[in-house]
Amino acid sequence: MAANEINDPASAAGAVRGPDRARHATSEADNPSSLVARFGPGKPLRLDSGGALVDFQIAYQTYGKLNADRTNAILVCHALTGDQHVANTNPVTGKPGWWSEMVGPGKPIDTDRYFVICSNLLGGCMGTTGPASTNPATDRVYGLDLPVITVGDMVRAQAMLLDHLGIDTLFSVTGGSLGGMQVLQWAAAYPERVFSALPLATGARHSSQNIAFHEVGRQAVMADPDWRGGRYFEAGVSPRKGLAVARMAAHITYLSEEALHRKFGRNLQDRDKPTFGFDADFQIESYLRYQGLAFVDRFDANSYLYMTRAMDYFDLAADYGGRLANAFLGTKTRFCVASFTSDWLFPTIENKAVVRALNAAGASVSFVEIATDRGHDAFLLDEPELFATIRGFLSAAGEARGLT
Amino acid sequence: MNAHPVNAVVPATSRVDLIAISQLVTAGARVLDIGCGDGQLLKLLEATRGVDGRGIEISQKGVNECVARGLSVVQGDADSDLVDYPDDAFDFVILSQTLQATHRPRIVLEQMLRIGRKVIVSFPNFGNWRVRAVLGFTGKMPVTRNLPYSWYDTPNIHFCTIRDFVNLCHEVDAKIETSMVLHRGGQKSVPFAAALWFWNLFGQQAVFLLRR
Repeated sequence: MAANEINDPASAAGAVRGPDRARHATSEADNPSSLVARFGPGKPLRLDSGGALVDFQIAYQTYGKLNADRTNAILVCHALTGDQHVANTNPVTGKPGWWSEMVGPGKPIDTDRYFVICSNLLGGCMGTTGPASTNPATDRVYGLDLPVITVGDMVRAQAMLLDHLGIDTLFSVTGGSLGGMQVLQWAAAYPERVFSALPLATGARHSSQNIAFHEVGRQAVMADPDWRGGRYFEAGVSPRKGLAVARMAAHITYLSEEALHRKFGRNLQDRDKPTFGFDADFQIESYLRYQGLAFVDRFDANSYLYMTRAMDYFDLAADYGGRLANAFLGTKTRFCVASFTSDWLFPTIENKAVVRALNAAGASVSFVEIATDRGHDAFLLDEPELFATIRGFLSAAGEARGLT
Repeated sequence: MNAHPVNAVVPATSRVDLIAISQLVTAGARVLDIGCGDGQLLKLLEATRGVDGRGIEISQKGVNECVARGLSVVQGDADSDLVDYPDDAFDFVILSQTLQATHRPRIVLEQMLRIGRKVIVSFPNFGNWRVRAVLGFTGKMPVTRNLPYSWYDTPNIHFCTIRDFVNLCHEVDAKIETSMVLHRGGQKSVPFAAALWFWNLFGQQAVFLLRR
């Protein structure tokens, strides 16, 4: 998701972009500027779609120090178009990490106290095996040859990474949106490995409306003649226009009408009156076009298809006999759920459905609805009430965990 | 009833009804505190009774304070959110000084009796002689130290007397296990079963322990 508060389009226009950065992004898929864990043919990843992924890699970043008891690890799960660069300068965009307000020394997720891990998701394009990676079996880019990935697969891969790092139990696992889905999947699939869980702005399933928005985005990508059935790499092209349109549509869903009105209203962009044409007369148009262009410079179009699909398929209750509470029966994990009043992608009611199920399962759960007009993206932004909640929850959980 | 020795780490509570309530809760119980505010009662119960406590609180500020104190508290509303809890989820469900602020007190009470094996309710007694006197002699809705709001901005929309509450308990088939009133100055709790008319006139607050 967009890592930034709504930027001033005029100042953002000076940012470096274009084919050079796009090539850089592609090379990150095989040779990431990150730590990499490789899982050879002896360690296949079982996939929900039926097969297995053999010979794959996970790119990840860590912050802080793992303590001697290995009890202070926090896994941060990134969202749809995020990456593992939580709190360091992003190697592709040159911008600060997407959650650098939240994660760092003295921050709510305090790297002086906790060992923070974030891995690029399976199906991503920043170094973990995804459609932009080279298939070791064929030496060609995977493209659509990669099996469809689910949230369950992503979490199973993360569990393999933790095994690789020798971490048995996570002190906490957190993330928003698709990241929050992973948090819920973690708590359901590996309850004994999760001491506390912080799912933010998320839901236990992707709603019909959200699947609809994703389908619009995918159709925009696939309608671009440069998509070439997903084999655009070989042709030396990329479906930039389609992906940009997909991003523009999606970006609207991350904001709110109030925030758009507050920031842009009906203001005109660098002109005094309308041109009576189809140029970007309005600031909001200019802003969306910028967001679309900036996105295609850093993200792989096929990866966007896979990530959106993973969210669409997520329905945790369905995996547990249709009753969400069954996913959490007997859990000892401490949960803290947060939603935002103006989030219409994962509205409070979806978050509360999770809380209700946790209550029904007798779990220890806290829930807070944070008042903001910044929409779904609020979880990525400087929201003092969110920071206070996370800081308080983690420090209380840390006491219970015996962290000093 | 003797005051239970309060653990020194617990901040001194100015609300005597909280002390009275804590004395009704058995050690190690699963407890839901509805309208838990900043978590004062839950903390008291954790420290003195070793309970497994949960809370519901309507204000974001209260929830944040609770979460920061390590309590499991959900932002929500007694009127709408109790339906989310399964039957018999708790040993004790507590509603302190909040019944009169709910939209549907009878349904709230019925829900509490469904999700808790025992229910503790405390409320200000609108039958107290001072309240009656103000209304009787001045013809105006009473504003007292315990009930400091004017009628037009009070969150308390469903006041009742002790006798009214006893009647409601009969209507919803709740058995009254223990009942107490808190005096003015209120350091002592007094069982009142035998002299309802008296305590309905002189009690300032009431605390009831109910079961189905």
